[in-house]
Amino acid sequence: MSKIHVTTTINGDPAEFLCEAGDSLLDVLRDRLSLTGSKEGCGTGDCGACSVTVDGRLVCSCLVLGAEVEGRSVETIEGMADGETLHPLQRMFIKHAALQCGICTPGILVAARSLLERNPDPTEEEVRYWLAGNLCRCTGYDKIIRAVLAAAAEMREAS
Amino acid sequence: MQYLSPTTIEEAVRYLAAQTGDCRILAGGTDLLVQLRSGLAEPESIVDIKRIDDLHQISREDGGWRIGAAVSGAEMGEHAALAADWPGVVEAVNLIGSTQIQGRATLAGNLCNASPSADSVPAMVAAGAVARVVGPDGTRDVPVIDIPTGPGQNALARDEFIASIFLPARPERAADAYLRFIPRTEMDIAVVGCGVFLKLGEDGTCADARVALGAVAPTVLLVEDAARALIGTSLDDAALDAFAAACSAAAKPISDKRGTAEFRVHVTGVLARRAALIAKNRAGGAAQ
Repeated sequence: MSKIHVTTTINGDPAEFLCEAGDSLLDVLRDRLSLTGSKEGCGTGDCGACSVTVDGRLVCSCLVLGAEVEGRSVETIEGMADGETLHPLQRMFIKHAALQCGICTPGILVAARSLLERNPDPTEEEVRYWLAGNLCRCTGYDKIIRAVLAAAAEMREAS
Repeated sequence: MQYLSPTTIEEAVRYLAAQTGDCRILAGGTDLLVQLRSGLAEPESIVDIKRIDDLHQISREDGGWRIGAAVSGAEMGEHAALAADWPGVVEAVNLIGSTQIQGRATLAGNLCNASPSADSVPAMVAAGAVARVVGPDGTRDVPVIDIPTGPGQNALARDEFIASIFLPARPERAADAYLRFIPRTEMDIAVVGCGVFLKLGEDGTCADARVALGAVAPTVLLVEDAARALIGTSLDDAALDAFAAACSAAAKPISDKRGTAEFRVHVTGVLARRAALIAKNRAGGAAQ
C-alpha cells in the first residue's frame, strides 16, 4: 500500500509528510516530524496529553488521522514560545509550580491557550470545565488552575 | 487500509458502494479511532466525510434545522439560534466528553455508534428528530428512534450513511430539556439520560409531550405512557408523580459498575420529573 502524501501547515510553517492511512496525527507529529512535545497518555481521547489545535479547534491528536490534516493548520506546543521568550502561560506554570512530572503539561498549555483565545477573562469554574479533559496525576489541579488564571490576568493587562 | 476523502455526497456514496470489505465512515472519529486502535475495528477502507462542504452546514429548513453529519458538538453549542430553538438537544450533545472531544464529535456519529448511553439520542428522540440516510438507491428519511437497533448496532445498510439530522420547527410555547446522571460532574458516561419535549396550550396546560430515556435499555426508549400522564394537566405534582412513575416503570436497565438496576429505575423518575419542569419553564410555564 502506497503511503499518503500530506501537505499542511504546522505552527505557521509549511510542512509535508508521508503517512499510512491508520497513522494518527499524534504518530505523525512525534515519529515523522520529531515534534515530541505532544505526549501520548491514553491514546483514546481521555487524557488530553496530546492536545493540539486543527484550524483553531482544540482536539486530541490521537483521535485525528494524519491524513486528515491535508491543507489544515495545526498548532502544537512547539509553536507556543516565541524563540527564547516563553508564553505567559508557560511562565506562570513555572512560577506557580503547576507541574511535577510534566507529561500532561504540553497538552494543558495548548488547551489553556485555546480557552484564553476565546475567553480572556474566564472564571475559575470555566477554567476547570474547559480543562476537564486534561488529566494530571501529580498536581491535584489547583496550581494549574491558579497559573491559568494568573496568566489570563497578565495577558489582559498587557493587551 | 485505504483512506478516502470524497468532496461530494454522491462521490462518498459511490466509494461506499464500491467497497467489498469492511468500510467505515469517519466523521468526528471519537469512536472510530478508538476502535481502530483497540483492534475492535479493522476496516479495509475509511471514508472521511469531512471534506464534503454540505455536511458542515447548520441550516434553516421548514422552520426547523438541518445539521450536517460533519458538524461538531462545539459548532452546535456556538450556534445561538439553534441552541435557542432546541436547547435540550444542544445541551445533550455538549455533555459528551471533553472540550477536545467536542471539537470533533458529531450528532450523527453519536447516533450511529448506537451506545445505549449516548447522550444526544434521547434528546433527539424527544425533539422528534429525523435522520437523512443516503445510499446508492437515493435518500430516505428515518426517524432517529429507528436508527439504533441494539448496543453498537444500527439500521443502516452497509452502503448507507447519515448525511444530516433534521430537527423540526419548534412549535409556539414548546421547549425541550435533557438531563443525565453521572457519578461526577464531567467526563463520564450516562447512568441514566432523559430527554423531554413539552408543548403548552394557551391556558398553560400541557398540550403535547414526548419523553425518551437513555442507558436504561439496549436502545433508546420513547415512553408514550409517561407522556400521556402529562397531556391535559397543568404539570401539577400529581401529574408529575404519575409521569415519573411511568418513566421508572418503562426503564429496563442492567446493573453495572456505574449503578445498579434498582438505582437506575429510581433515578429515571427523578430525572424525568426535573427535565419536564425545565422544559415547562422554557416553554413559558410558571417557574417552580
